[in-house]
Amino acid sequence: MAEEIKAGCARPTGGPVGETETEEKKTAQQGVQKESRSMIMVARKAPDFSAPAYFEGKFINVRLSEYLGKWVLLCFYPGDFTFV
Amino acid sequence: MSIDSVFVHKMWVDHELSKMVKGGIPFPMLSDAAGRVGTAYNVFDDMAGVETRGRFIIDPDGVIQGYEVLTPPVGRNVLESIRQVQAFQHVRQSGGTEATPSGWRPGKLTLKPGPGLVGKVWTVWKTSMALD
Repeated sequence: MAEEIKAGCARPTGGPVGETETEEKKTAQQGVQKESRSMIMVARKAPDFSAPAYFEGKFINVRLSEYLGKWVLLCFYPGDFTFV
Repeated sequence: MSIDSVFVHKMWVDHELSKMVKGGIPFPMLSDAAGRVGTAYNVFDDMAGVETRGRFIIDPDGVIQGYEVLTPPVGRNVLESIRQVQAFQHVRQSGGTEATPSGWRPGKLTLKPGPGLVGKVWTVWKTSMALD
């Protein structure tokens, strides 16, 4: 499912994938001042993303949409070596 | 997911988490070094440069069913997250015919919304059931 990635000197990072529903898009159309704010809401689609990950001794790449068909608990936390 | 690199995730597992959880962490630890995913989910604090404690329940269709966001000093209640997932799974399995009232846990009474239940919740559900 998730492909393994090579560890290099560059620091790989995650990012959104595909269309994201943002205020920016709407306000840009209306010609109002741009403001980037995400449109996170219950009963709406979770923004798809792709991100490098550490899992069972390997560096892999994870894409949220690979988990369609499963329940996902997505947790953000301030930093490693803190509690969760 | 945090702004730490996958290398730091590995060090955390090797030096600390593997001592708390036998065999290490059973799920992928994701890296969002630039905070772009956190920004898309509205949990990235760009002043501090870190993610806040956001937790999202995403169903098999990729739809967000619930979320909770806390500031960094207070940790989450894992059992409450599991309870919510169980409740959403139960509701989904019932095809939307059942709802889980406050304090529901697996095995406890669910409600079947419909005209017959209007004004009659009190006959089947007691406030004490939210607190036991």
